[in-house]
Amino acid sequence: MKAPAFDYKRARTLDEASALLGGNAGSMVIAGGQTLGPMLNLRLTQPTLLVDITRIPGMTTVQETSSEVILGACITHANFEDGRVPDATGGFLARVAKGIAYRAVRTRGTVGGSIAHADPASDWVSTLIALHAEVDIHGGAGRRTMPLEQFVKGPLSTDLRISELVSAIRVKKDAAGDSFGYAKLCRKTGEFAEAIGVVRRFSNGKKVRLIAGRSDGSPIVIENGADFIAGRSIEREQLYPYLIERGLRDDSYSRGIHMAALQRALDESWGV
Amino acid sequence: MDQGIGARLLRKEDDRYMRGRGQFVGDIRLPRMQEVAFLRSPIAHGRIKDIRIPGHVRGQVFISSDMPEVVPIRADTALPGFKSSVQPPLAIGKVRHVGELVAMCVAPTRAEAEDIAELVVLDIEELPAVVDMLAGRQPDSPLLHERWGDNLFLTTSIDVDFEAVKSKVHRKVTRELRTSRQAMSPLEGRGVIAHWDSRLGQLVVTSSTQQPHVVRAGLAECLGLPEGDIRVIAPDVGGGFGYKGILLPEEIALSWATMKLGFPLKWIEDRRENLVAGADCREHHYLLTAYADETGRLLALDCEATVDAGAYSAYPFSACLEAGQIGSILPGLYDFPHYRCRTYSVATNKPPILPYRGVARTGVCFALEVTLDALARDLGVEPWKLRMKSLVRPEQMPFDNIAKRHFDSGDYPEALRRAVEMIGISEIRARQSDDEADGRRIGVGLAMYSEQAGHGTSVYASWGIPFVPGYEQCHARFTPDGGLELRIGAHSHGQGLETTLSQVAHSILGVGHDRIKVLHGDTAKTPYSTGTWGSRCMIMSGGAVAEACDQLAARVMRIGAKLLQTEVPNVKLVGGFVEGRAGRISIADIAKTWYRRPQDLPFDADPAGLEVTAGYKAKRDTGTFSYAAHAAAVAVDTFTGEVEILDYVVVEDGGVLINPMIVDGQICGGCAQGIGTALFEEMAYDANGQPQASTLADYLLPGPTEVPQIRIDHMETPSPYTRFGQKGLGEGGAIAPPAAITNAINDALSGFGVELLVSPITPRRIVEAVAAAKATVPTQKAAQ
Repeated sequence: MKAPAFDYKRARTLDEASALLGGNAGSMVIAGGQTLGPMLNLRLTQPTLLVDITRIPGMTTVQETSSEVILGACITHANFEDGRVPDATGGFLARVAKGIAYRAVRTRGTVGGSIAHADPASDWVSTLIALHAEVDIHGGAGRRTMPLEQFVKGPLSTDLRISELVSAIRVKKDAAGDSFGYAKLCRKTGEFAEAIGVVRRFSNGKKVRLIAGRSDGSPIVIENGADFIAGRSIEREQLYPYLIERGLRDDSYSRGIHMAALQRALDESWGV
Repeated sequence: MDQGIGARLLRKEDDRYMRGRGQFVGDIRLPRMQEVAFLRSPIAHGRIKDIRIPGHVRGQVFISSDMPEVVPIRADTALPGFKSSVQPPLAIGKVRHVGELVAMCVAPTRAEAEDIAELVVLDIEELPAVVDMLAGRQPDSPLLHERWGDNLFLTTSIDVDFEAVKSKVHRKVTRELRTSRQAMSPLEGRGVIAHWDSRLGQLVVTSSTQQPHVVRAGLAECLGLPEGDIRVIAPDVGGGFGYKGILLPEEIALSWATMKLGFPLKWIEDRRENLVAGADCREHHYLLTAYADETGRLLALDCEATVDAGAYSAYPFSACLEAGQIGSILPGLYDFPHYRCRTYSVATNKPPILPYRGVARTGVCFALEVTLDALARDLGVEPWKLRMKSLVRPEQMPFDNIAKRHFDSGDYPEALRRAVEMIGISEIRARQSDDEADGRRIGVGLAMYSEQAGHGTSVYASWGIPFVPGYEQCHARFTPDGGLELRIGAHSHGQGLETTLSQVAHSILGVGHDRIKVLHGDTAKTPYSTGTWGSRCMIMSGGAVAEACDQLAARVMRIGAKLLQTEVPNVKLVGGFVEGRAGRISIADIAKTWYRRPQDLPFDADPAGLEVTAGYKAKRDTGTFSYAAHAAAVAVDTFTGEVEILDYVVVEDGGVLINPMIVDGQICGGCAQGIGTALFEEMAYDANGQPQASTLADYLLPGPTEVPQIRIDHMETPSPYTRFGQKGLGEGGAIAPPAAITNAINDALSGFGVELLVSPITPRRIVEAVAAAKATVPTQKAAQ
C-alpha cells in the first residue's frame, strides 16, 4: 500500500504550524511519523496536508528551570534512551525509552507524537502520567498548559483542538528522589503492550502512585497505591476488584497480565 | 582448507546478500515500466453484479471480461473422486475469498495505481461464507463450487486391518486437535515483472518463484502461447517456503496486460496483500485415537483429518497435497499393526492452501506426538519410554511402514536417546518436584518426525498433478580459462545451493570453489526442472551435478592423457590436474587447449568437448527419509500465560551432510518458523470470512528474542539410494517444534489437568485453560 497524494509543508515557527493546521480542514501534524507513516500507507488516514514540525526551533531542545525540565515535543525516544536528555528521574525515562518498539522506531519516533497520538498502549502516556507531567499546547490563541492526565481523554483522543499542537512536555524536578518501576507485557519484544504497570514510590512519606496501562482504555491511575501493597507485593485480591470498578476488562487473562505488570513494576522500583 | 563434501564452508551467495548487492524483482527497473495495483475482493463469498470503472481511467483498468482468451488456472489431480476448481486470474461471476483479484489497475507508479483502484466500484451480492472447514463438510453448508454438490475437493481413506485392534486388550485415548491457518512470511513477498521481448519474440516474466520452468508451463497453458515463446526468470528470491511454489494469477494477468499494452509491468506484493490474500497454509483438524497395550506399545491409530484447502486448487501442487498425504505420514516413525485414516480436503472461502515448509507434516506431527503424550500420561509412562517401545528399529531398515512408505535408513531410537540425554530429562524431572522460586511451572516435551525428500516419478505419477519429476539435469561446462559453470533448473533462495553444489563439483573435479559458478533461475539458461520443493535439491541437483562432473572428468582425462602422451588408465584427476607418471597438466590448460588451441588436440579428441548435460535419478525414487528428535524445556507462567523456551535441542539425521554449517542454518531457521506455528502465528477469520490480521502488528512472527539458541546434534546414517548418501532435510526444522513445545507446555500444566490441543498456544489460551480447569473438573480435553 502506498499513501494517497497529500501536500507537505515544513513549518518554521509554532505560529506558522498553528496557522497551517487551522487553515486546512484536512491537515495533520507529522513529527517522527512512526505511527502516521503506516496509517498513511494503509490509507487509513487521508490528510490533504501534512505539517512537519520537527524543524521548528526549540522542538528538539530542553529547557530547565529550578523546578522543571521542559522537553521539546520532537525529542526522539532514542535521545532519552541514550541519556542525551536531562533526566529528573534518575534514569527512569531512559529505561522506559529503551523498551519502546525497536531501535529503528526510536530513532525517529518522538515523545510529543506519542502523547498527541494518545495510544493507550504507548509507553510514554502511562509513564508521564505517573510523573504528573504537564503538556504545553500551542494554538492560535497562544500557549496553554495542562496535566497530561487530563490531556488524554481516552484511546486516541486528546484535548487538542484544531490549530493546536503539542509543543513541550514538562516534568517536575520533585521526582528526583523517588523510586520508579516500569513493566509491560507484550506478545513479543517491541510489540504494543497488552498491559503496562508503572510504580512511583515517593521519597517523602509512604505514598505510592500506581498506573495500570491497557490497550483498550486510558491508563488507570491509583493515587493510593500503598493501600494495595503489602511489603513488596501487590495485593491482587484487593487491587483487581478495584481496577474492575475503575473499568478494567474483567477476565482471567486481563487479571493475570495486569497484576503481573504492576508486580513487576513494583519489583523494579525496588531494584529487583 | 577442504572445499568438498562435508566442509563447513561459508556460503558464497552471502557475499552479495550481506552487502545488499542481491538483485530481487523489486530492484529491477525497465525502461517505460509501469506498475500494477490489484483491486481485490473485500468480501469472502459473493456474486459479482457489476464493476463500475470511471470513464477517464477505463483504459488503465482491466477485468476478466477484457481477457476472454485467457484460460483459467486448473490444477487437477488424478486421485479418484477429485473435484476440479476453475480459478480465473481475475474473478468471473463469483468471488470466493477476501483478497481474490477482481481488477488490475495500471499507472506509472504504484501509488497512482492504488488511486485508480479506489475509484473502481464493486457491486457484489454477498453470499454466506464457508469459514469453518468442519461446518463446510456438513450437508447444509453453503457451496463454493455449486456444481460439486458439496465442498469436498477430495476424500481419502486407508484401512489396514483396523477393526482387529478392538478384539485385542488395549487402552486408548482420543484427542481433537487443531492447527490454525497461517500466512507464510518470507522476507521478500511475491513480485512479478512482465515484458515482451520483441527481438526474441518472447514474453519475459521475472518472478520471485521457486519453480521457473513450472511457471512457464502454467503460463503457456493459460495464455495459449508455445512454451518457447515464454522465458521465466527467477532472480534472487528472498525466501520461498512453498509460498512461491505456485503459478500466480498475478503472473498471468501481468503477462496478458504487457502483451496488450506494449510496455513492461511490475507488481510487488505488499505485506497487507501477503497477509490478507496469502494466508494459505497449515489449517488442519484432527480427531485421533491412539491404541496401545498395557505396556504402552502402540497397537493402532484411528484418525479423521480435515484440511481447510481454501477456495481453489493451486497450481501445480493442487488442493490435496496436504490431506492426500496425511494418511501416509501419520504413522510417523512407529511400527504398529492396525491403522485407519480418513481425510477430507474442504473448500472454504479462504485463499487456496499451499504447501508450507514441512507440508502436511507439521500438523500431522503435532496431532500424533501430542496424542502420544496424552497416551503416556494416561498410562503413567514417561513419554519417551512409550515412544521407544514402538519406534522402527535400525535392524528393520530399510522398512516399509503400515502406509507403504519405504524408510531408507536410520536409527530412530538412538536419536531419541540422544535427545533425552541432551535436554536432560532426569534433571528436569528432579527440578519439577520442587516449586520454582518464581512460581512458574517447568515442563519438557519431545517430538519426532521423518521427512520424505527427493521423491520422484513413481510417487508423483500416481498423484497426477500438473508435473511429474523425472530425471534432474545439470548442464556443466568448462570456460576457456578452466572455470566451471553449473546450470541447474532448480532454484536456490536461501538453501545455499550455489555453495553446496560447488562443493559437490569440487569433490569430483578438484576445481577451486572460487572458479565454480552455479547458474539457476532462468528457463533460457538452465535445463528443465520441476524446481525447488520437497527438500529435493541436494539429492536431485546434487546428483545431477555429480553425474555431469563425472562425465566432464572423463573427457578431461582423455584429453589430458593424450597431451601427456599416455593412455587414460595411466592418469588420474587430482586437485584439478590430470596426473600421469611423467607429469601433470591442469584442467585450465586442458580447457585452453580445447577452446583456443585446438591444433594441439589429438586427432581423435571427443567432439562433444567440455560441455555436458547429464541427468540423475536416485537408485530408488521413493525418497530419502531424514528424521529428528526435538526436545523442548519450557517455563510457563500460569497467571500471564507467558512461555519461555528454556532449552531446545535437535538431534537430526540427514544422512551424509554436504555442508554441516548450512544444515545447522536450515535447522535453526526451520525451528524459528516452527516456534511461530507453536506460539505466535494465527490468521483468524470472523464469521463472514474476514481475515483478522492485515499487518505484522496483528499477525505475530517470532523475532530474535523469541527464538532461543537451538542446540543441534547430528547423526549421519547414509541413504543407500543417493549419490553420496545424502538426504533431503530442508524442511525438518519447521515440523516438530509445535509438537515438542506443546508437549512441554502440557507437561508443565499436567498438575492442573490442563491439555492444550491447538496451535498456536497463546498466553490467553493458557490462562483461560488453567482458569477453566480450576473452575471445573480438571478433565476437559477438547480443542480450544
